[in-house]
Amino acid sequence: MLNIKKLCLNVAVMLILPLAAMAQGGDQPAAKPSSHMESHIGNLTGHSEAGAQLYYRYCWGCHGARGNGDGENAPYVTPQPRNFVAGTFKCRSTPTGTLPLDSDLYDTLGRGFNFTNMPSWAALTAQNRADLVAFIKTFSARWVAEKPVDPIPIPAEPKLTVESIKHGGELFQKLECWKCHGQEGRGDGPSASTLTDSNDQPIRPYNFTSSNRSKCGKTNSDLYRIFMTGLDGTPMPSFADVVKPEDAWDLVHYLRTLQVNNASPELALWETTPEGKAIVTAKKVENTYTGSGVKP
Amino acid sequence: MLSPFGQQFKDNGYQMGNDRDAPIFQQAAYWPVTFRITPVWHRESTSRAQVDGSNGPGGNEATVTTHGFDWSGLDFHTGGTLAKNFSFYVLPSSDNTGAFHFESVWARMDNIGGSSWFNVKLGKFELDNLLSEKRILTLTNEAGVYQNYHFQPATETPGFYTFGIGDNQDGLEWMGHSKDDRTRVSAALLSSNDGSPGLPTNRGYGGYFAASRAFEVGSLGLQRVGAFAYLGEAPTYYQSNLTTTTTVGTDGDGNPVNSTTTTPYAGTGVGNKGFQRYGLIGMWYLKKFDITTIYFHGVDNAYLGLSLPSTSPLPAGAHSPSWNGGLFESHYMFNPQWILINRYELIRMSQQALPVVAGPYVPDVSVPTSTFGNIDVVTFGMRYYPFISSRAGFAYHAEYSILRQRNVSPVTSSDLTTSSLLLGFDFAF
Repeated sequence: MLNIKKLCLNVAVMLILPLAAMAQGGDQPAAKPSSHMESHIGNLTGHSEAGAQLYYRYCWGCHGARGNGDGENAPYVTPQPRNFVAGTFKCRSTPTGTLPLDSDLYDTLGRGFNFTNMPSWAALTAQNRADLVAFIKTFSARWVAEKPVDPIPIPAEPKLTVESIKHGGELFQKLECWKCHGQEGRGDGPSASTLTDSNDQPIRPYNFTSSNRSKCGKTNSDLYRIFMTGLDGTPMPSFADVVKPEDAWDLVHYLRTLQVNNASPELALWETTPEGKAIVTAKKVENTYTGSGVKP
Repeated sequence: MLSPFGQQFKDNGYQMGNDRDAPIFQQAAYWPVTFRITPVWHRESTSRAQVDGSNGPGGNEATVTTHGFDWSGLDFHTGGTLAKNFSFYVLPSSDNTGAFHFESVWARMDNIGGSSWFNVKLGKFELDNLLSEKRILTLTNEAGVYQNYHFQPATETPGFYTFGIGDNQDGLEWMGHSKDDRTRVSAALLSSNDGSPGLPTNRGYGGYFAASRAFEVGSLGLQRVGAFAYLGEAPTYYQSNLTTTTTVGTDGDGNPVNSTTTTPYAGTGVGNKGFQRYGLIGMWYLKKFDITTIYFHGVDNAYLGLSLPSTSPLPAGAHSPSWNGGLFESHYMFNPQWILINRYELIRMSQQALPVVAGPYVPDVSVPTSTFGNIDVVTFGMRYYPFISSRAGFAYHAEYSILRQRNVSPVTSSDLTTSSLLLGFDFAF
């Protein structure tokens, strides 16, 4: 009897001790992705099981069956499709290095990525998109090991003035945005040709003159958010630690004036000044249609 | 049928809307072209075909069955964007003898003025049918087209006037849609020649109008309802005909035997008379099961319904024929690779062009029953795709279809039944 008790005790110790040690950390194994995830966007709850059906109909051709961005179309797509296994996302409302909110991924699906092969999926239902968000979260262990943090605050946009535009222009120089984006914001700065993303793939800085839509939205708040969160996985850093909110808004106002082919209050105000009118006119003269229907 | 994303992609001129839709953004070697052809084995059976017999050549009816290996026609699809907001589609298509024609030839200006409500297409194109006959999943002789899209009353002489909503038509189309494609409307001005080239028949026009709205139903997702109408006209005779005489043999005395054929001169069709087609459509999605329901109503002018020149008097008791139709097509998708197909179509004459008199059908005098020409067709099919790829397609296809048309057998005016069994490989690259 004693031996049986001893045996049971030994077995229990052998089973429990390793588990306890693992729970203590140190040799803690890496978290594994969960096969079941949910997403929560407003009143919507997305389910990964439903999202899987949609993913393998619409998404896997580019993002791959395992979500690592190696779908059969990937070799023909520039920039390359997102690798969901890495769990790194460009468009977030959360600070750099953190996971996005479910709503960030949901918004991305609805918006698409301008100048890439990722289209808008607004044709799907809101529930479909919520389900897809849930399924995308099953690819990376980050969604198990980490929790999204609070989004960055976006203070109210200050009044637009010529001074704010000029100050934004000074910041554009001071922060050396021009090194990548170019002095005229055409994405042709001296460093532009050397840039790569986190997959070591060449990546081009945003050309402000091409459109008023950035990858992560088209409103002034979207531009502000990009400064402060950065675009994780790309060379675009977060300026949250080096730019004050009011300065970031000035930069937003200035960048709008670089979009000389898209009417905006900032551009209109800038053109009321002799200096601004001269600059904008000069830029417009340089712009000619390429014949592709896309403005340079 | 297209997925919501596919429908939006098509409606947006094959564009993603990401400012990279011009072909300059594609690899230089890329050319958007694919071909599709289908080698098959099929069996065709007609229950009361006209055959020779004791009543002389063509004087008897018998079941005629043929079967063997065969292949479909060949389609070369090429389409895409010429530049941002300029799209095109060209489809040279052959029958299975290799004789080519152009099934589609059009260019489209998309998002005119930056609005998704202004898109204009010119050329030969498929009408804005939510249930596309060009993307039909069934391949047999009876079910390779939608009977309701092509129905003409049995009193009409084949070839006198031909029309099908399922046929691509020549014309100009305005189409608009909401950004999310939930709401779609279109109107097209079309030549009344059923998509033929070279103004072959007349100088008439028709109009096609379609509208639909998708809405969400809880977890079932998007459902769509819509309506369509085609109001057109067609010639009933020709101002000028070309008479051709050819020698087809010799008589017992060695004298030549001539045959004379009369062909209308292109574009000289006159005496236009009207025809109308209306329909309501619902597309319902229940998880892995979906069903499309369509109600049709058609009316042909009496002259068209009897294939008579408008200058001649109508027979006693003649009417403009009208009919109602229904279509129920369901799919069960086990997974994206395996799909079951079922369809039932029915067409019921509500007004015959001629008086009903018991007995055989007497052209231009009477029809035997009020159901003369009614159609029922049932189809079952299965497609299995052994692989899924965006660059090539391959499916095992199996299908059976049976069609019954009332009182139209050629000799006895009995019901005519045709059936088709098809097994094959359907592939595209």
